Amino acid sequence: MSSAILSEDSIQVSARPRRWHILVFLLPAFIVYSAVMILPLIETLRLSLYNIVDGQSTFVGLANFKVLFGEERWAADFWRALKNNFIFFAIHMLVQNPLGIALAAMLSIPRLRLATFYRTAIFMPTILSFVIVGFIWKLILSPIWGITPFFMDLVGLKAFFSPWLGKPGSALIAVSLISVWQNVGIPMMLIYAALLNIPDEVIEAAECDGITGWSQFWKIKLPLVLPAIGMVSILTFVGNFNAFDLIYTVQGALAGPDGATDILGTLLYRTFFGFQLQLGDRSMGAAIATVMFLIILAGVSLYLFGIQRRVRRYQF
Amino acid sequence: MSKARISPLRSGFVHLALAGYTVIALFPVVLTIVNSLKDKNAIFRAPLALPTVETFSLIGYTTVLKQGDFIGYFQNSLIVTVVSIFFALLFGAMAAFALSEYRFRGNTMLGLYLAIGIMIPIRLGTVAILQGMVAAGLVNTLTALILVYTAQGLPLAIFILSEFMRTVSDDLKNAGRIDGLSEYAIFFRLVLPLVRPAMATVAVFTMIPIWNDLWFPLILAPGEATKTVTLGSQVFIGQFVTNWNAVLAALSLAIFPVLVLYVIFSRQLIRGITAGAVK
Repeated sequence: MSSAILSEDSIQVSARPRRWHILVFLLPAFIVYSAVMILPLIETLRLSLYNIVDGQSTFVGLANFKVLFGEERWAADFWRALKNNFIFFAIHMLVQNPLGIALAAMLSIPRLRLATFYRTAIFMPTILSFVIVGFIWKLILSPIWGITPFFMDLVGLKAFFSPWLGKPGSALIAVSLISVWQNVGIPMMLIYAALLNIPDEVIEAAECDGITGWSQFWKIKLPLVLPAIGMVSILTFVGNFNAFDLIYTVQGALAGPDGATDILGTLLYRTFFGFQLQLGDRSMGAAIATVMFLIILAGVSLYLFGIQRRVRRYQF
Repeated sequence: MSKARISPLRSGFVHLALAGYTVIALFPVVLTIVNSLKDKNAIFRAPLALPTVETFSLIGYTTVLKQGDFIGYFQNSLIVTVVSIFFALLFGAMAAFALSEYRFRGNTMLGLYLAIGIMIPIRLGTVAILQGMVAAGLVNTLTALILVYTAQGLPLAIFILSEFMRTVSDDLKNAGRIDGLSEYAIFFRLVLPLVRPAMATVAVFTMIPIWNDLWFPLILAPGEATKTVTLGSQVFIGQFVTNWNAVLAALSLAIFPVLVLYVIFSRQLIRGITAGAVK
């Protein structure tokens, strides 16, 4: 595959002496990256096709995936985790990204006072670890401490309070919203930067044509920041399908209540590493990691070849 | 031409909305820190009140510092983060220099290969990483974490730094070559000092996910001697769930250094994310 690229440059290269320094510059990064990242990734994909038969690691083809997708003990957990993961992603796309866009749009109003303060403050949760965020919200939503019921009482909604994190029906939504609270800074910043990059002439031209305020946002600015929104969406996708820490912290490795918040990351952890009575299973762990890899690869490819190329870019 | 001004009413709404969200963003953290300084009764009776002379108590902090080896955890996190960033920056800058400066066979292919890791998370290779670390005898060592985080940081470092290195003037480098500098001297003495701002940006970016990671410490280095502060507080708080003073104090201790660093570096960080768009 690379032969075409090789022949292209080979004429110039052969004329020069060997340039060892290029190798010296590249080798450390290449070795660490290949040895710790790429080879384990390939090895994990390979392991997903093997399983222990009679104490020997044997090639079993797609048998692990058949078990994962179809065998009663595994399939229920797997499909639930996959479904939860899509819900988790959908909540981020529907709440986090529109909220991020709205905050960015307000922050980018020219000569807005205190903009730097708002920006710094709203981005702050993003730098905290999932562990801190998870525990803080666990305390705040806890019926024992009563912070949330107190605030709901202030607006007369106390009757609607319930321990959301502990109820199977609402736990996943609650956890997703905690994650949104933490991560909204990222879409906000990226879209804010894109909005600031719109040249003044474009905005002035719009104002000359009498397009201001809301219609300016919808008709001029939003189309111009679509590439940034695409970027934010794919970052959200990759982050969500590889999430683990927050759910592990808030709901534990079993992703309770009753597995209601189980996503692929927690399922991978339990399967591969084992938890309580469940023993770790390397082959099935590798199979789940492979499924996650394929989902992320599909999303990234869709973005790179489907969306990113079609989104119209404006050259200023 | 001056911009159309927004009406005071609209600007009032904007401030209301932004200030409202700012409160939502800050409130949980403030609440935690404030309550960590109160005694148990006050935490429950008046969670929103500031600590007064009567309710002020450091009992949570003394419990935490007595029970958990937080200083040790901090040390581990600091070593892992600093060493990983150092290697990711050094190796990343070297590779970025080679990719942006020289034309050689397979340059583009190598660039793409090194960029895979920007999108594909390193976690997916965990099964084989653990296997490899077991084989190398590196389980429960900080070295294992440093290796993983260096590899994790490299793709983005190479990507961002090679963009910046393309902007370093060719004339400068050629002048160095005419003066007889070796390629290594050109890299270390001419180019590296010029891309220092970009290095700082990459360092801040790389630091946050490393410091906050729970996954790899949990899997590769869960031993008491190698716990990072993220894993340490996770385990500690898990044990003290019912001791609210200790939990709140542990959380505050974990937040505090990050918050201080953020206040110092927020400009750098935000400028890095918005890549020059913030004027």
